[in-house]
Amino acid sequence: MKKRAFVHTLVGAAVLAAFSGAVYSQQTVKIGLLATLEGPFAAGGADGMRGAELALKQRNGMAGGKKIELIKASSDAKPDVAVNATRKLVEQDKVDIMVGPLSGGEGIAVKDYSKTQPNITFINGSSGAQAATLVNPSQNFFRFNTEGAQWMVGLGKAALDKGYKRVMVIAEDYAFPYSQVQGFMSEYCRLGGKVPVKAWVPLGGKDYSSVIARIPNDVDALVVVLGGADAVNFLNQYEASGGNKPMVGGSITVSQDILNYKGKRRDSLVGTIAGSPIADAYDAPEFKAFVADYQKNYPVSAGGYPSPSLFALVYYINMKAALDGLDAVKGDLSGGQAKYREALQKMVLKTPVGEVRLDSNRQAIGSTFVTEVVKDAKGNLFNKVLRKVDGIDQTLGIKKEDFKMGSRDEPSCP
Amino acid sequence: MSRFWKWFWSLVLVVPLAVFAVWAIWDNTKLFFITMLNGLTLASLYFIVASGFTLVFGLMRNVNLAHGSLYLLGGYVGYFVAEMTGFFLLALIAGFLVAALVGLLMQVAIFRSMQGEDLRQTMVTIGLSIVIADLLMWGIGAQVHQMSAPEWLVGPLRDIPLITAYSKYRMALLPLGLIIGVLLWLFLNRTRVGMMIRAGVDDRAMLAATGVNVNLVFAATFAIGAGLAGFGGVIGAVELSMVPGEDVRLLLASLIVVIVGGMGSVVGAGVGAIILGVAETYGLAYAPTYSVVFTFVILVLVLAFRPRGILGQAA
Repeated sequence: MKKRAFVHTLVGAAVLAAFSGAVYSQQTVKIGLLATLEGPFAAGGADGMRGAELALKQRNGMAGGKKIELIKASSDAKPDVAVNATRKLVEQDKVDIMVGPLSGGEGIAVKDYSKTQPNITFINGSSGAQAATLVNPSQNFFRFNTEGAQWMVGLGKAALDKGYKRVMVIAEDYAFPYSQVQGFMSEYCRLGGKVPVKAWVPLGGKDYSSVIARIPNDVDALVVVLGGADAVNFLNQYEASGGNKPMVGGSITVSQDILNYKGKRRDSLVGTIAGSPIADAYDAPEFKAFVADYQKNYPVSAGGYPSPSLFALVYYINMKAALDGLDAVKGDLSGGQAKYREALQKMVLKTPVGEVRLDSNRQAIGSTFVTEVVKDAKGNLFNKVLRKVDGIDQTLGIKKEDFKMGSRDEPSCP
Repeated sequence: MSRFWKWFWSLVLVVPLAVFAVWAIWDNTKLFFITMLNGLTLASLYFIVASGFTLVFGLMRNVNLAHGSLYLLGGYVGYFVAEMTGFFLLALIAGFLVAALVGLLMQVAIFRSMQGEDLRQTMVTIGLSIVIADLLMWGIGAQVHQMSAPEWLVGPLRDIPLITAYSKYRMALLPLGLIIGVLLWLFLNRTRVGMMIRAGVDDRAMLAATGVNVNLVFAATFAIGAGLAGFGGVIGAVELSMVPGEDVRLLLASLIVVIVGGMGSVVGAGVGAIILGVAETYGLAYAPTYSVVFTFVILVLVLAFRPRGILGQAA
């Protein structure tokens, strides 16, 4: 008898749970959030999560009149891990909208997966490989951030202005650095710069002594497109080996997560120019407000950076787009999210670094910066603005039929 | 006949390597010799970590797949000790001791109760490595921790013939690896405890019957093996920095070193480490895109022609 009563209670509880679950799902929208909390971009991934959370915090966890439930997952910058994590969020946790992933190769893989889930809307995290939106774009994959090649616009000219006529490229061997190098070189080569050597190193390779040994004596500077732990290791080893050539950075080489890594030697970075969607010292009021909000919510004592990193900003932008879209359709995700997607496509997104529109491949057209690392009075390193370039589209102003996507060998000007 | 084939295969292996070396020296002398030095110094780090692994896995046949986690733990402990006290030497000692202590706990709590059960040991230690890695990430975070080298090892060593300049710290790894190797060899082959360890591995029951406390001997060996991983961690925290994920990388390197070199042999671990270190760095310098392949080609070749490793002996 006692046992039976227990079973009844259990069944009752289950019914109640199912019922409340149904009510619950009508008033909440689940958003999956994917970033790398492991591997070479672990630190950047954590800051990306902060940026995405900040966008939600700013509207008290509500959008389109519904409560937003964030479900997080982590990958380690490998495409297959990112797809598995996304799959788990979509198929097991049943999220309505996905935001992520962080890294270039991951973005391409998640874009391909998105084609198999036509009822879910995928919004990029901070992945910046050209191919994610340029080659076989997916109807339900949106990217509100400019990508790797767009981020480097203006840098080729800045490098020549500094007197760097010949440079060696050192970059990780995957899609995002291909895009970054293409963005840099297409401008640099056109204006007469030479790139005699390109070294593609494995992501997370750690030991750069071999590459450092290959640096020819007759180059003026190094173009270093490494991120996260890789950048830290390279800089450290290059300095220890007696290297003293000036550097030109990729977008994530001199991001806040690198400028503030745990350790002492950072001064060699002062004077490094880079192309980036974020510049710490940009003085537009919207950007200042964003930085202040970040600092208030994630003070350095709680693990935040002195100033938000690229990943925080870009995740913030994409999450804001997801939430603005929900506001625009008042939380209506019916009909395979058709209205929602239309709203996203037409949206003119207000971001801390200017307005962003989407092109027909659902890729952002927006602004980027050319920056230079300087040291402030307190000894913190930050990026000051050398130049801001607006309205950059994915083909960098080149005609679509003439535009070639970046790869190991493209472009080339030895 | 068999002698002929031995010669034949050695020629097949040696001639292309020699041709490559001549070409590389002719092409860019500096690059060739720097890469050689890079390979040997990387080998030194691999050796320090893998020699601990060869004690535990090769000699005692305890499958400890949490060896990489001990490396990570040692590295972090070293980082924080150096941060607080400012003494690099203290960091090295602390890294060694903490990892040794954790290793000792693992031996007493886990391996003692599953002696000889390889599969159980494998599963338990894989689980343990995941738990340790996640605990470390939870406590310390996932940021890159770059430890500073001691003052007198910072910067480059200049005016070396052929290669002009080289990192002092990295150069220092070479004698360090050599010293540890020699000490370990002497310990195993020339001391009473070393003799007991070798005897215990061959016949545990017989050694116990002669009045030796086998459990104590094994616990001590395990602690030394684990301590070496922690020691390597502190060294690696300076050169390669500490970040989650390093544990798996070093575990894989240790596995390859021990398999290539031969299980349970200190000299074998040295040979394996040199082969792996040199192959990795030359791969990165001359064929960066395919560098990952070389490691596994070596593994395949060794397993095909010398399944017990280059210096391995029949069990």
